[in-house]
Amino acid sequence: MQGNTACAEGALAAGCRFFAGYPITPSTEVAEHMAVKLPKTKGVFIQMEDEIASIAAVIGASWTGARAMTATSGPGFSLMMENIGYAAMTETPCVIVNIQRGGPSTGQPTLGAQGDMLQCRFGSHGDYSIIALSPASVQEMFELTVKAFNLSERYRVPTFLMGDEIIGHMRERLTIPDSVEVIGRKKLDPGTMPFKAGGDDIPGFPVFGEGYGVHVTGLTHDERGYPATTNPKAHEKLVMRLVRKVESARKEIADYRVTSPDAEQVFVSYGAPTRTVHQVLHDRPKEEIGHLQLRVVWPFPEFALSEFPEAKSFLVPEMNLGQMAREMERHTDVPVIPIPKLGGELHTPDELVRALEGSR
Amino acid sequence: MRHEIRFSGFGGQGIILAAVILGRAAALYNGKYAVQTQVYGPEARGGASMSSVVIDDEPILYPEVSVPDTYVIMSREGFERYGAKAPKEAVMLIDPDMVEGRPECTFHEIPATSEARNTLGKVIVANIVMLGALVAATGIVSEDAIEKAVLDSVPKGTEKLNMSALRRGMELVREKKG
Repeated sequence: MQGNTACAEGALAAGCRFFAGYPITPSTEVAEHMAVKLPKTKGVFIQMEDEIASIAAVIGASWTGARAMTATSGPGFSLMMENIGYAAMTETPCVIVNIQRGGPSTGQPTLGAQGDMLQCRFGSHGDYSIIALSPASVQEMFELTVKAFNLSERYRVPTFLMGDEIIGHMRERLTIPDSVEVIGRKKLDPGTMPFKAGGDDIPGFPVFGEGYGVHVTGLTHDERGYPATTNPKAHEKLVMRLVRKVESARKEIADYRVTSPDAEQVFVSYGAPTRTVHQVLHDRPKEEIGHLQLRVVWPFPEFALSEFPEAKSFLVPEMNLGQMAREMERHTDVPVIPIPKLGGELHTPDELVRALEGSR
Repeated sequence: MRHEIRFSGFGGQGIILAAVILGRAAALYNGKYAVQTQVYGPEARGGASMSSVVIDDEPILYPEVSVPDTYVIMSREGFERYGAKAPKEAVMLIDPDMVEGRPECTFHEIPATSEARNTLGKVIVANIVMLGALVAATGIVSEDAIEKAVLDSVPKGTEKLNMSALRRGMELVREKKG
């Protein structure tokens, strides 16, 4: 099965019943598969007029209690940015799939890239936090889509599946489990103010149509949900909570794989380049080469770097100019060596071996 | 044993579908691991198209083809870009009506396009003729597996046509082997 189709299957398994999107290479197969399957599950598929309308429809659907998603790439992702901030501000669970292609602008529609890793974290204006996952196989396209829904529902935050054309268009065998763990959003206790959070910083969700009266706005709002745009304290309190609810849960959200923790040279990867790292480790069984695969990329799990106490260098192959390597540098004194690759093709094993030997 | 197979031609010939079917035959009906990838341009028809399959007995880590051992070439541009530099140990299937050049490696001339158009009556099944020839020439998957994978992949109502195309491809190789 193709990676994009596996993503759609993962969404359906996780209970997604609403998809709104606008087709764009190389993400279109996600929408195609949802268009075929959703009507058969009493779900809704809408092809919207553009991407900002798509994410708007997804946000609206989520407020009716539906698990909702959209899928896009490059230019479409840029168009979604304003409403991604709206989803963050209104604490709307939703899953946004970005099958990354070469940019900037329309760039390379049919080739892979990882150039949107910082855009997904910081692309909308203002301060906020999000969750992002990055799959490295068709199986992970399925598994991490399920996980994206669960994290999004639990933390009430827009959650990104940051794929790439290589994994999205690749076909390999997928094993679909009989059932998957599905975590639903916590509902609002009647009589509680709709944006008042408890100790976990996550307010209960007042589903439209279930008797709650609630005002939802992208303006700075108080715990009742009413605008409080000129109240500095209300703004600070709200934005700090939006960031804290994700950042303080970094350890619970984290999902990474550690290989050879005693190694001095450690590859750190996410998405497609992970496959090349696996090949290099397989081809050089006598050398101790460490590997950290990040399946959750944001919030960045800086504590994962401490899993390699002997590390003398972190080598970071990315299909961009070193976006996550830059984030890593903030968190470690160990030299971080970016291995950037542009052009749409995956790093070859030889390229990683050269970087490995060059770092000794 | 890792096998790397590359298909190339132009958009509309079913280059990607041929690779998908081969990968499906290996992964679902021959108990192997397979990864299929592709390179294509934004054009719907006529642009250069290349697709690859890696088949292995063990899980496939690096998914891309580095040096193919098997080629299926269905256009002049595809030959020039991917086939002309094939290593001598490789095996290549060429459509002689579409490709002028010839490689240094072992090759089989399979006139898939003209067979599909003239003998089978539908040029669209040229890719399936090539798949039949590929399996007969290399045994990379079993004949039973490729039949099942073709039947899984083609539209309803075209099963008979596609099975004839597959068998015709196998015959073309056997006739030459004599």
